[in-house]
Amino acid sequence: MLELIEVHTYYGNIHALKGVSMTVAEGEIVTVIGSNGAGKSTMLRTIHGILRPKKGTILLEGEALEKLPSHKIVERGISQSPEGRMIFPRMTVQENLEMGAYTRKDKAGIAQDFEWVFKLFPRLKERINQKGGTLSGGEQQMLAIGRAMMAHPRIMLLDEPSMGLSPILVGQIFETIVELNKQGTTILLVEQNARMALSIAHRGYVLQTGEIILHDTSAKLKEDPMVQKSYLGAN
Amino acid sequence: MKSFFRRFMRPIIAILVIYLVFLLGPIAGLDFPIIVGRIQESPKMLVQFLIIGLANGAIVAIIALGYTMVYGIIELINFAHGDVYMIGVFTALSTLSVTGALTTNNPVHLVLGIVAALVVAMIVCASLNVGIERLAYRRLRNAPRLAALISAIGMSFIVENIGLIWAAQSWLVPSFGTTGGGAQKSFPDLLSKIMISLNLDPNLLASTGLGLRFTIKDLLVIVLASILMIGLRFFIQNTRLGKAMRATAQNRDAAKMMGINIDRVISITFLIGGGLAGAAGLMAGLYNNTAWWFMGFRAGIQAFTAAVLGGIGNITGAMLGGFLIGLLAAFSDGYMDARWTNLWVFAVLVLILIFRPTGLLGEQVGEKA
Ligand SMILES: Nc1ncnc2c1ncn2[C@@H]1O[C@H](COP(=O)(O)OP(=O)(O)OP(=O)(O)O)[C@@H](O)[C@H]1O
Ligand SMILES: [Mg+2]
Repeated sequence: MLELIEVHTYYGNIHALKGVSMTVAEGEIVTVIGSNGAGKSTMLRTIHGILRPKKGTILLEGEALEKLPSHKIVERGISQSPEGRMIFPRMTVQENLEMGAYTRKDKAGIAQDFEWVFKLFPRLKERINQKGGTLSGGEQQMLAIGRAMMAHPRIMLLDEPSMGLSPILVGQIFETIVELNKQGTTILLVEQNARMALSIAHRGYVLQTGEIILHDTSAKLKEDPMVQKSYLGAN
Repeated sequence: MKSFFRRFMRPIIAILVIYLVFLLGPIAGLDFPIIVGRIQESPKMLVQFLIIGLANGAIVAIIALGYTMVYGIIELINFAHGDVYMIGVFTALSTLSVTGALTTNNPVHLVLGIVAALVVAMIVCASLNVGIERLAYRRLRNAPRLAALISAIGMSFIVENIGLIWAAQSWLVPSFGTTGGGAQKSFPDLLSKIMISLNLDPNLLASTGLGLRFTIKDLLVIVLASILMIGLRFFIQNTRLGKAMRATAQNRDAAKMMGINIDRVISITFLIGGGLAGAAGLMAGLYNNTAWWFMGFRAGIQAFTAAVLGGIGNITGAMLGGFLIGLLAAFSDGYMDARWTNLWVFAVLVLILIFRPTGLLGEQVGEKA
């Protein structure tokens, strides 16, 4: 469904992605694990058209994305819950969610998806008129994911949804991700919490300083000694 | 080193400014005994200046909205904005001239001419402002802040010179005896003319015996400005595009991820800001009855100060700041010395930047969550 072929991205002189290739098939949960500064967020921002790759191509259903402006990419069915949540602080929860559905015209579908989000995150419904910036960290994370759901995407990019959350909340968020996937959303999940990510993903890629050094099924990655040593904290 | 400046520069500058105000204040008309004496002598005059201040403040507020909206969305002070407003004054004047409204005594013709001038001035200024962004700012969006700022100053000079050339075209701008484009042109007082042609008194309070002047001009400016401000607020708060503008101002990358076409939203921001400047141009022309190629400078300073006073990027703040600056200017014109009004406006600007850079209602730029 989504395919990256030899993607190179730069920040000025900094070569952040050094020829990344990967695929995500329809209905999958794919995770990309890697330590700080590996280039995970860069990868998601490149897919979304926020950054432009210098070389390489990104295909969605065989159609090249890398030259499209980001609003066109969103229209093709990609949404993202970005690193650091990036909710709109002075807009209400309701308005934040409306922004998630910005490219959509189907009123009925949008109303349904509001219900869908509120069913998964009842907390957001309670806070519907509260300004995004006044939510707690966990609530903001829920809002960021809910906002990405409002696009009713074919593929959702999730950048470290566990960051800064209590273990219980992390568990809940990951259950939500599995639930979303069961309901038909393809998921590309970026995580430093490799243990959690590999426990729900079908397949995984290991990104290190801008390069994919390993990819396999989650089960096999969990057994890999290098992964265990570097990312699962085994000794 | 830097923290040294932070610690000591502010108080030093503040003391300097206060010292200058008291040293130079009386020269610029800030003479408390005289002012207090004049207020006691005729408290009515204070109400009168309040009315003038409100009307002028409404115009300043409308211009300030253009500064604040643009700053809110791309963090650029659009120095050309005051000059776009000046083009609005000339567009309105030329439209009135071309449609024959300047020479007719028929009230219907006059009203239609004014409506046409409003529409044309708004369209011309909106297009001009969008063109300026497209030409001079868009390609600098990711360049260092200074580059865009210098570009804005350059655009200001260009637009001023367009005004200068425009003012010299006698078929567009009736000369009323003046020569050349550099002279101040008269902008006829059409609103009073309408009232007189209907056998009404332009001074709406004339028959009440209050001894105050509240003319048809004051009324039009305050009503039209209020309609524009309420309309703008509604647009920003409730429409899909208005929400997209707020989202873009609060977090541009996140807005992109929502599928918002940033370029379009920024263009629309300039479009609205320009349209408002055009409307302000017509209002100011009818109210103050002059048109001058350099008038955008004073208006720009006042409006920019108003925007900073209210909290740059904050729409409500710009409205509040506009009225406060209008009142300050009216007070200074009336009780102190009109020639020094700009100094007081500047003083307010400097004082806010020193003591409360976020303005009265707080800056609203970028993300804070
Ligand atoms: N705006 C930027 N300008 C310059 N360099 C950047 C910028 N953003 C990221 N980088 C660099 O690119 C590399 C990859 O960063 P990226 O944010 O993609 O890492 P990450 O894998 O998401 O890390 P983390 O787990 O800490 O979020 C890092 O070396 C980082 O310093
Ligand atoms: Mg990251």
